[in-house]
Order: sequence, then C-alpha cells, then structure tokens
Amino acid sequence: MTTTSVPSSESWLEVAPLQARDALLGLLPESLHWIASSVLAIAVLVGAFGLMFAYLTLAERKLLGRIQNRPGPNRTGWAGLLQPFADAVKALTKEDIVPRDADKVLHALAPVSLVALSLIGLAVIPFGRHLVAIELDAAVLYFFAAGAATELSIFMAGWASRNKYSLLAAMRALAQLISYEVPLLLSVVPVVLVAGTLSTTAIVAAQGGWAAGFWPHWHVLTPWGFSAFCLFMIAALAESNRSPFDLPEAESELIAGHLTEYSGFKYALFFMAEYFGMAALSAMAVTLFLGGWQAPLGWLEVLPSYVWFAAKLLALLAGFIWIRATFPRLRIDQLTRLAWKFLVPMALLNLANAAFWSLTAGWSGPLQAVRWAVSLAAVVVPFLLLSRSLFSGLGPRVYRYAPS
Amino acid sequence: MIGKGLLQGLAVTARNLVGSYHDPDRYTTIEYPEVKPALPEAYRNFPFLVAEKAEDPLGTLRCVACQICEKECPPQCIYIVMDRDEKGKARMKPKVFDIDTSVCMSCQICVEVCPFDAIKMDQVFEIATDERFNALLLHRDQLAKTNTYFHQIHPTEAAEVDARLAAEKKAAEEKAKAAAAAKAASAKPAPAAPANPTPPPAPAP
Amino acid sequence: MSLAFLALALVCVVTASAAMISRNLIHSALLLVLTWIGLAGLYLWAGADFVGFSQAIVYVGGVSMVVLFAVLLTRRQRDEPLVLIPEAGVGRVVAGLAATFWVAALLVPAMVVAPLVQRAGPGPTLTVKRIGELLAGPHLVAVLVVGVILTVSLIGALYLAAPVTAEDQPEWDNGGTGRDRGNQEEPS
Ligand code: SF4
Ligand code: SF4
Repeated sequence: MTTTSVPSSESWLEVAPLQARDALLGLLPESLHWIASSVLAIAVLVGAFGLMFAYLTLAERKLLGRIQNRPGPNRTGWAGLLQPFADAVKALTKEDIVPRDADKVLHALAPVSLVALSLIGLAVIPFGRHLVAIELDAAVLYFFAAGAATELSIFMAGWASRNKYSLLAAMRALAQLISYEVPLLLSVVPVVLVAGTLSTTAIVAAQGGWAAGFWPHWHVLTPWGFSAFCLFMIAALAESNRSPFDLPEAESELIAGHLTEYSGFKYALFFMAEYFGMAALSAMAVTLFLGGWQAPLGWLEVLPSYVWFAAKLLALLAGFIWIRATFPRLRIDQLTRLAWKFLVPMALLNLANAAFWSLTAGWSGPLQAVRWAVSLAAVVVPFLLLSRSLFSGLGPRVYRYAPS
Repeated sequence: MIGKGLLQGLAVTARNLVGSYHDPDRYTTIEYPEVKPALPEAYRNFPFLVAEKAEDPLGTLRCVACQICEKECPPQCIYIVMDRDEKGKARMKPKVFDIDTSVCMSCQICVEVCPFDAIKMDQVFEIATDERFNALLLHRDQLAKTNTYFHQIHPTEAAEVDARLAAEKKAAEEKAKAAAAAKAASAKPAPAAPANPTPPPAPAP
Repeated sequence: MSLAFLALALVCVVTASAAMISRNLIHSALLLVLTWIGLAGLYLWAGADFVGFSQAIVYVGGVSMVVLFAVLLTRRQRDEPLVLIPEAGVGRVVAGLAATFWVAALLVPAMVVAPLVQRAGPGPTLTVKRIGELLAGPHLVAVLVVGVILTVSLIGALYLAAPVTAEDQPEWDNGGTGRDRGNQEEPS
C-alpha cells in the first residue's frame, strides 16, 4: 500500500482503514515498514476476498435455489450461514486422489497457480479513495497480463490429469480463451482512449463528478461506455468459465471437464479460483465502467468510498449468478461464432465511437445533443445489423421425422 | 432483435426469485422432517392389522389366522401361527403374526385376498432403523392398529368396509333368526347348531 | 548488477534450456511460457512497464495457446518419443554452427555496445499516450507494414486451411450454420 499521509479533511469512516494500518505499522520498527505494509495489504485482500468467496458460494446456492423455487442450503447455522465452513471442512478432509498415470507435478501445480494468478490481479484495483495495493502507471495492462495465464493453468489441469474428458476440456478452454481475450481487451481500449491513461486510480478519478448535477460521469452512462461494458461483461463471463460459457467444465458432456480427476482440497482450490477470477473481473468492470468507488450522487458520499465499491461489486456478482441461473450453455461453434462475428466487430466499431466521443469532448449546448445522437446511433445501428447477420441462415429448424 | 429472448429469460428467473418469497404457488418446497407432507388418501405402503378396540388391540383383531394372506403373499413375508388352546382347538386368532417389512413390497395382495377385512394398508413410511436384523420384522403387537386409525388414514375405504361388515352382520343375524324360526317350526329335530364362528366370506367385489 | 536481474536472468536461462532438453513436448511448451514470463520480468526490471505487461499478455496469454494447440493437434500419440538421430552428419553440424554463429554475431556486438547498467534507474517515463503518438507518428510506416504482413499471413493460413473443393469438406461440417443437413426437409 502506498504510504501517503492521511488527509484530515475527510470523514473518519473514509480514513479508518488507513488509520488502522498506520496503527498496526506503528507497532513495528521503522525498518520493517515497507514489507509489513505490503504483507498487510496482501493479508487484507486475501482475507476479504476469501470471506467473500465463502459467502459468494452460499449466495449463489441460495439465489439459484430461490430462482428454482427451493430454499437452498438452510440447515448449517442460522439460515445456512455456516454452510461455507462446513463445505471447507468437508473439502479439506476428503482424500486427495491423483491418477496413477497423471503428470504429478503439473497436476499439483495447476490449482495452486490458478488461485495465485487469479488473485494477483486484485493488487491494482482501487477499492476506495485511498485503498489501492499498488499504484501502477500501466495498471490495466498489469491486470490483464496477470489474468492471461489462468487458462494456461486450466490447460495444465486438463492435460496433466491424463483423462480424455479433462483433455477435451483443456482444448475447449484454449479455444475459448483465444476467442474471448480479444473482445475483452478491445472493450477496455475505449476506456483507456477516453481516460487517456492506463492507471486504474486515474481512470476512476476521471469518472468523478456529475453532469447537470445528477448524471454521473461514469463510463457506463455513455453510449460507447454502455456498449463496451456489455461486451466486457460477456467476455468476462467467458473468461471466468461461467455459465453460459462454461464449456470447459460442461457437466453433461465432460463429467466435470478439467476438474474430473481432482478431489478434496485441490478441487476446492479450483472452485476458489473461479470465484476469485469472477470477482477480479467484476472489480475491474466496476473500476473501468461503473465509476469505481465514486458514489452515484453527491449527497450519498456520506457513505465511505469502499462501501460504494463493494455495493457495485456485489451487484455485478449477483448479475453473474442471475445469468447462470437463466441461460443454457452455448455450443462450441456458437461460442466462437459469437466472439468473432459479433463481439469483435462491435468492439472495433465501439473503439471508433469512443474516439469520436473523446474528439467531441468540447461540444456543448445543442451540439451536445448531436454528440449523444451520433454516438447512440453508432452503437444501435451496428448492433442491429450484426445481430441480424449473426442469425442469418439460422431459421427455425425443420425436422424431417419429428412432428412439428 | 437479438437479446429480446435473453431479457425475457432473465425476467422469468427474476419473477421466480421474487415470487418464491411471497407466493406459495411458486415456492413448493416442504421442509420435510419439520413439516410433514400431506399424503394423498390413496397413499399406501406396508400392511397393518385392524383391531376393533384401542384398549385391547390384540384381543380384538379381526384376523382369524386363516393364513390365506400368508399363502398369497408373493415374496412370502408373512408368517402366521394359529393360537390354540390346551386341547389343540383353534382359537381363531393368530398367536404369531409377523410381517418382514424388509421383504414386503407393498403390493397389497394380502389386503385383496383377506376375506375378513382384517389386514389393510398403512401410511407409515419412516420405518428406517439402524438395526439390521430384527427391527424391520414387525410383530403382531406392532402391526395391530385400531379401526379408528384406519378411518383416519383411509376414510373412504374404512367407511365402505364398515358399512359392508354391518350389512353382513345384519344379514347373518337375520339368516340365523330365520333358521332358528325354521328349526322351531320343524319341531326341533336336533339341538341348535352352534353359532358359526366364521362369518361367510365377503362377497367378491 | 542487481540481485533481481540475476534471478530473472537465471529463470530465463534455466527454463529455456530445460525447454530445449525436455523430452516431453508439453513440458517444453510450458517451460517456454515460464521463459516468456521471465523475459517480461526483465522488461519490468528495466523500467519498461508497458512492454513488460504487453509481453505477458501477448506471449503468455496468446502465443502460448497457439503453441499448445499446435502441439496437441499435431502429435498423433501422446507418448510418441521424439525421434532423435544421434549420429549427426556433417551437414547438420555445419548448419548448427552456422546458426550459432549467426545468433552470436547479432547478440555479441549488441552486448558489447550497450553495457548493462548497474542499476535500473527511474528511466524515461513513457506513458501510453506517448507510445501512441510515437506509433501513429514517426513509426507509422512500420506499423502499417507489420499490419499488412500479419494480414497477408492470416489470409495465407486461411487459404491453406480452407477446404479447396466440396469433396474436401467433411460430412459433419455444415459450414458453421448450425444446420443439420440430414434433418432438413427435402425441397419438393
Ligand atoms: S387373510 Fe385376513 S384373516 Fe386370514 S390370516 Fe390373513 S389377515 Fe388374518
Ligand atoms: S403387501 Fe404384498 S408383499 Fe407385503 S405382506 Fe402384503 S402380500 Fe406380502
């Protein structure tokens, strides 16, 4: 954590984390401060996200249950609140089975590297006004560089298990990564273009303030930003292997995909990594598009910034769960088709749209309306055309034998 | 337009999510061990023996130990021993009546064949036990349940059985009366035959 | 020379040699990925954040996938031993020496001309904006040429991979339309 001095003009809630950190550091000799503050940041991040992971699994099961008209886990502890810990104990006490012919080293390395890789991206997310673990000029790049290797771990898991289902899952994971890395990055570029920086803190700062006193300058509230946000979330769903893009672990086809030969704690690690990856991508989406820790309205700033960040993050994660509960899984050809024929062109056109937006930043008055109209049209028209071409040639199926 | 179906799908799940909190039609889960499911009247599994009086269930069993059900039971899970007095004369009730519920397949054949409406299907299903050998072998005293209980679980069938039994009893009494009158009219050729302990078999439905 | 540099260099050299020596192609590919990560680390050490992270994204995220795909799709047997011809002919030795010489001729002068800095200084703060301006300004021609070359190679790859005639197209391939020919109504 950067050791900036605590500004005095803010509410005590806002600066409480910093003061807590300084108080803790004060207990240690001066010479250890540099490492202690890093260790503290790591501990807080891992602890907070670990706890969030635990309750996210519970929330997911509860929400899925409710959506399917059943209560979900409600036995362990009050309303099931101890369920995650029961699950943890169960996972820890299970036997760790390694197939005889597996590549032992890679088999063990895969879950560990996956968890590590999906956690390190969190270092550059500004969780609050003063809460960012590392200030980096190229923070956005760092984030995606850290995330780029996660599918490599999935490949390692799939290949090392020496199981045909696992290997198939690994191949699918590779195809999926290649397809979705492109729209994911392309949908981030407009934000970088408009904000003119790769630093996450600067991007969040650029989204501060309100137009006409009530319309926040969040990127999602502009036509190109909304489009980029949707593209980013779709690609993020695919990157984190969540339904409806969970082809690498499609139960109905591949047992459990790359997880087939994993059990016990290693399995739990994979599970954990999936949620960490999901949380990290959602946190990035919040930072890039939803104004980071900025409050939606001026008078709402009484709540500290990290509360707003957490609220937005949880809303996005709930969206992930909602989507999982709703949509059926895509086929592999539909998956790549969607990526290359729809997401990539949309993202490229969106880039031009964002360039237009940043060039016309000086327009005001009636020209402002023109700016909005042009930008909106530059989103809607390609969307309609591309979606039409995406479905062209895909009429209703005609079956020769089955009655229609 | 692409995306319309997606939004409709999301709306459906959202309605379920909200509805499950206030709409009992949507939230159909019964939390079983705490809340018992309402069983339909026709639900049936293992058989029980109908007794007339709650105070003395074993003494008032309808069963006459005729062993028809024992012979008919497909998996042969009924075991009956006739109660006999010292002279070896049948008391017309079972001394032993066992049903091995680990073998019984709830086929209801014993009920169909019983001429005395003495064995009926029960509604208990929580008979799991941690004892492997004897706990599932139900004895006479465990099997005996009152007619009132039968009325509770299967009211329609019980009412019909009761009506039939009453009609049969009345018919038998009238027949006996008529026979007695006929005998009296024919100048008592022989001492009156002892009352037949076995009522005539129930007419086949 | 700082400790960090030595460690990174060691990682690169060790993983690269291990990748060459390893008899298992997948291990080689994964070790190569580690080498790339080490190289990215070297860029970071040198203060070139942008290049370092781009290296990680492009190589670790993209190129590694292509390498692994190629390995998985081309090997017929997972445990098929790599065919090694132990007795190297004269031609091979000459070729090896020539390649070594060529690489050395490129690298050694570079190393001599640019001696290693003792410590990675703050370095020029090269913001993304500046990189963009440089790419779109003085180096525009180079960017365009690279773009054209990449496009041409992509088209070439497509040409090589695409079925030439209708018979080449396998039975199950319905051109990505998702339509199943067998189930279609016959036009009457
Ligand atoms: S058939 Fe009826 S009366 Fe006869 S032994 Fe069985 S239960 Fe008793
Ligand atoms: S229900 Fe069927 S199996 Fe069970 S005791 Fe009666 S006849 Fe036998």
